[in-house]
Amino acid sequence: MTAVAERVRHAAGRRVPTRFLPVVVTFALFVLMFAGGGLRYESFASGQVLLNLLIDNSFLVVLAVGMTFVILTGGIDLSVGSVVALSTMVAAALLRAGWSPVLVMLVVLVGGAVFGLAMGAVIHYLEIQPFIVTLAGMFLARGLCYVIDLESIPIDDPLFRTIAQTAVPLGGELFVSPSVLVATVVVAIAVYVLHLTRFGRTVYAVGGNPQSAMLMGLRVAQARVGVYVISGACSALAGLLFTFYMLSGYSLHAVGMELDAIAAVVIGGTLLTGGSGFVLGSVLGVLVLGTIQTILSFEGTLSSWWSRIVIGLLLLVFVVLQRVLARRGVA
Amino acid sequence: MRDLLRRPVWPLVALLLLNLAVMPSFFAVRLQDGRLYGSLIDILHNGAPLALAALGMTLVIATRGIDLSVGTVVAISGAVACTWIASSPDPASPGTALTGIGLALALAAALGAWNGFLVARLGIQPIIATLVLMTAGRGLAQLVTDGQIITVNNGFFAGISGSALLAVPLTVVVAAAVYALVALVTRRTALGTLVEAVGINPEASRLAGVRSQSIVWTVYVFAALCAAVAGLMISSNVNAADANNAGLWLELDAILAVVIGGTSLAGGRYSIAGTLLGALTIQTLTTTIYSVGIPPEVSLVFKALVVILVFLAQAPKVRALMRRRRRRRDDAPPPAATAVPAETAGSGR
Repeated sequence: MTAVAERVRHAAGRRVPTRFLPVVVTFALFVLMFAGGGLRYESFASGQVLLNLLIDNSFLVVLAVGMTFVILTGGIDLSVGSVVALSTMVAAALLRAGWSPVLVMLVVLVGGAVFGLAMGAVIHYLEIQPFIVTLAGMFLARGLCYVIDLESIPIDDPLFRTIAQTAVPLGGELFVSPSVLVATVVVAIAVYVLHLTRFGRTVYAVGGNPQSAMLMGLRVAQARVGVYVISGACSALAGLLFTFYMLSGYSLHAVGMELDAIAAVVIGGTLLTGGSGFVLGSVLGVLVLGTIQTILSFEGTLSSWWSRIVIGLLLLVFVVLQRVLARRGVA
Repeated sequence: MRDLLRRPVWPLVALLLLNLAVMPSFFAVRLQDGRLYGSLIDILHNGAPLALAALGMTLVIATRGIDLSVGTVVAISGAVACTWIASSPDPASPGTALTGIGLALALAAALGAWNGFLVARLGIQPIIATLVLMTAGRGLAQLVTDGQIITVNNGFFAGISGSALLAVPLTVVVAAAVYALVALVTRRTALGTLVEAVGINPEASRLAGVRSQSIVWTVYVFAALCAAVAGLMISSNVNAADANNAGLWLELDAILAVVIGGTSLAGGRYSIAGTLLGALTIQTLTTTIYSVGIPPEVSLVFKALVVILVFLAQAPKVRALMRRRRRRRDDAPPPAATAVPAETAGSGR
């Protein structure tokens, strides 16, 4: 009797940390890096530097949330960076044409969702690999930017400017931008959808084993197409946040941002094979990437390419860590 | 006919015809100063790096892998060769160029071995294992060049892309030779079958006595070497190394070329000839965009549309749907069918 209880306790004790361990490690890494920065630079460990991390990366948080959904089903979305650029272009061009800003935001969001829907439908119903479909989507979105305009389009709409310049006070000297609030809401909704709705459970099930999910009678099609709609909408929203950040539309905005989003998701502990991972992990992944940038800017003497190398190394560490954990889980 | 559909020649033929319609002199090839010139030669010359990168990618994909680091290896090899040449005491001598080229190839082989180590030894998914180098590699290349564009003035190095062998540009000769070699080795020795076996089922082939690990290792080293040669061609073409932009998105073009050529991304089934066809199709597409007068800025939209078309036409699901529709149409007049058997039999297939 006690032996059985011991084994159950042992099994439970082992399984829970294994599932959460990558996220815990990411969190520990983030804390360590931030503390390291605080020891090395005088003004580093302040609340505002922490909040600035969020302010400067709010669009990446939203992107990573969408990407997490896609990767949880075992797919990948290479188009997100281009969709961000396209969103900034569409928003800037429509504002220039005199549209009302609220309508512009709506058009951009719906457009992103429809773009994702089209890709998801092709992936699911025509059975073409996500890699190829979203690659075509990446070319298409980036190309459409150039069709709209070759030059950067500045934005002088009062509402967009107000949103861009508003600082939301958090008491004391601290403040965040409205974009951070938007990103926080997105993360909250994502956590709710993934863990407390039928759709979210289906996403995990499809990523774990699409065959079993289908045989169980789950709505596989809805989940597999749905995640691309979510990713498309998140990319469009991230595009809007990026527009607030830059106050311009430009075809060369967000080049390679899909790599940052994927890196954040992987560093956050989500398996690229699908079925395992957490949105909060991806948020932590974004914060780790942001901290690297902040440390490099505080250091000043280090060139920008070090951030790429460090991100690559971190990816490596996490990928190997995941592999070790997966092996131990099997054994 | 069926084989032709499986390895779609029609996009390439259509593109070539389109070019011919726009520019009647498109197929003209002339000999000048001991080297062939003309649009077709340009396509081969400019397409050589992509064709090489795609060749390495084919073997990687055949083992159920993928190599996202191709573009960064291109940048690194160019950066290493040019930096070595530019910083040597004798930057114009052939010896310096040779050493630089050797260094670039050696480093690429090491990077390929690194990818192979992650995939074959640690068992990490290829897409992530190579993502590591894709992310960090461009940083490494910038580290080598110190963020600058390194220009070189070395006749030997410039000759990689500037000289000709028997009137054929050296780039084309090199690419053709590598293709011939790989075709020979994979079709005339057991290696090709072993690569397919590993791609279909790595575990089963290991149990059957195939040294899966060494084969996976080999294809990643080979892919990196192909990318390095492509990188040397690209940087020799402009006599400079641009760590930021050399080979940018080349891996995506290479993967496209491979898949257009009929190689399955699921591994196990590959076609060297198909990849060559795919690479030429993509290069012809790029050339067409310029010759037809589509603004280069819009070229990405054009490219995306072609990619979508080709893949829709190739998707098994779409072809099954089309076949079913055709059959339904053929089946429509059943009573008359017995009266004209010869005609329907002839036209049906």
